[in-house]
Amino acid sequence: MSNAEELVEVPLHRVAHGRAGDKGNRLNISVMPYDPGAWAVLAGQLTEEAVLALYAHRGATGVTRYDLPLLPAFNFVIEDVLEGGVNGSLNLDGHGKSNSYLLLGMKVRVPERFARQGPD
Amino acid sequence: MTNLFRVGNCAGFSGDRVDAPGPVVDTLIELGGPAAIFFEVLGERTVALAQLEKRRDPARGYEPMLERLLEPILRRCVDHGITIIGNFGAANPPGAAKVIAKLALRLGLPDLRIGVVHGDDVRNLDLARLEVYEADAMLDTGSGEIVSANAYLSAKPIVEALRKGAQVVVTGRTGDPSLALAPLVHHFGWAWDDWEKIAIGSAAGHLLECGAQVTGGYYYDPGYKDIPDPANIGFPIAEVHADGRLVITKAARTGGLVNPQVVKEQLLYEIHDPACYLTPDVTLDFTGVTLKDLGADRVQVSGIRGGPAPAKVKATVCFDGGWLGEGEISYAGPNCLARARAAADVLLERLRIRKLDVQPRVDLIGVTSVHDGDSGSRWRSFDGPEPRDIRVRLAVSARTQDDADQAAREALALYCCGPAGGGGVRWRTTPRIRTQSYLLAPEDLSPGCSVDTAAGIAQ
Repeated sequence: MSNAEELVEVPLHRVAHGRAGDKGNRLNISVMPYDPGAWAVLAGQLTEEAVLALYAHRGATGVTRYDLPLLPAFNFVIEDVLEGGVNGSLNLDGHGKSNSYLLLGMKVRVPERFARQGPD
Repeated sequence: MTNLFRVGNCAGFSGDRVDAPGPVVDTLIELGGPAAIFFEVLGERTVALAQLEKRRDPARGYEPMLERLLEPILRRCVDHGITIIGNFGAANPPGAAKVIAKLALRLGLPDLRIGVVHGDDVRNLDLARLEVYEADAMLDTGSGEIVSANAYLSAKPIVEALRKGAQVVVTGRTGDPSLALAPLVHHFGWAWDDWEKIAIGSAAGHLLECGAQVTGGYYYDPGYKDIPDPANIGFPIAEVHADGRLVITKAARTGGLVNPQVVKEQLLYEIHDPACYLTPDVTLDFTGVTLKDLGADRVQVSGIRGGPAPAKVKATVCFDGGWLGEGEISYAGPNCLARARAAADVLLERLRIRKLDVQPRVDLIGVTSVHDGDSGSRWRSFDGPEPRDIRVRLAVSARTQDDADQAAREALALYCCGPAGGGGVRWRTTPRIRTQSYLLAPEDLSPGCSVDTAAGIAQ
């Protein structure tokens, strides 16, 4: 990425796709850039701290990010985010399956070529 | 032994599309060669719900859609030597075997050999001396009655059943990937400590166990990730070669797709540390995985590594978890946001006035709900444009059904006592299950299998 390249601020959804899965009160969310070249750019922004802040309102207590540069992908494991898990939660989505799209709504700054055009 | 074996998945959860198996079986027959299909219908809580069902009727407690899933395909599978494996036994594998036996007799297949795996039910173990693995938050196990306790069995008892000639194998709780690994081990004769091969077979199972999730289901995002014919997604098929080559594809002439994007999503589904994914058969390492798009809905998966299986066996215990009460009402049109907020506040105030022993949460569906926390901080601070309609949802947890019901009925009372123009009330109560996982020593378990003919079992 050259310094001269124009950066755009877009939802992560324009740059990557993802999927959420639950185990107990723990959630994992995978994030995969459409363009493998965007992985390194996202690595600097999708930090454990930034993701934890996104789920603070649900009582998340910790985030671990696992890096898979070969695929390329990230796997985030978010602790205590399901407010009791599928068995105890009062949330309509007790599994937390819809949470991949909370993360995909996070704003990121990337070179324009990594941002897909599509419906908002 | 041929160098290629195909495994198809025909269900990814209890509640999956019941017309999924037909195209998978058709495809396996057309392609020829040895093959198996598997059904994964046993979520973490499903076995507990099945135990509750079995209490009401001792003949039940197995997958309720069992006959509907198998009837259209059983005859063809038998005619073409396609093995059927499923954890559709749930809380009652012998009961499920009986249903399959009766179906086989009806289809003129009295000699069908049906295997039943047993040994996953561990309700007789003393939990107090076991190591706790992971628990639901705030779980007070002292207060809840044990509903179910099941160990995740390995692929070994399924392979034993296949070696005894079973054409259909019914299990209760086993490792989900073990359902796909077993026929591969049986066919190729892999050693249980050939970790790379066991890992490849288990990865095939992991990729397939959620059915359409690897062929475009749970993936489809219009304008970003489009798929053909989303109402007819084909279920997945894994091609596994003797040398460990693995290709993921799907049933012919169906919708959905198999591409590297969707395979990546499923590879990491419900995974924590990708270098250390535990199954009862192997420890999987996905960090070296690469995918190659072969075109025409075929993706080759390479670089799967494996190590020794975990020394301990996971068991999940489900406890009675009290009751969930829910009540909903809709507001639409001018000032609906203010009326919905007022209704939410009235509901919470009513629970305080009546001193009901419940933990509440309120959602404003249409403003924000599933992404919000129990405090409702997001809808309370919402200052965006007013939606056209909003559904107010009260949810409570309670120890007794009566408290849950009384709380939920406060939504009903909003018809006459609440803000203007409320309509469409629904309310209900649901029993809850809480889970805790334990680690068992292998010697705590004595898994096994029995194999008999349909005629023998149906008696």
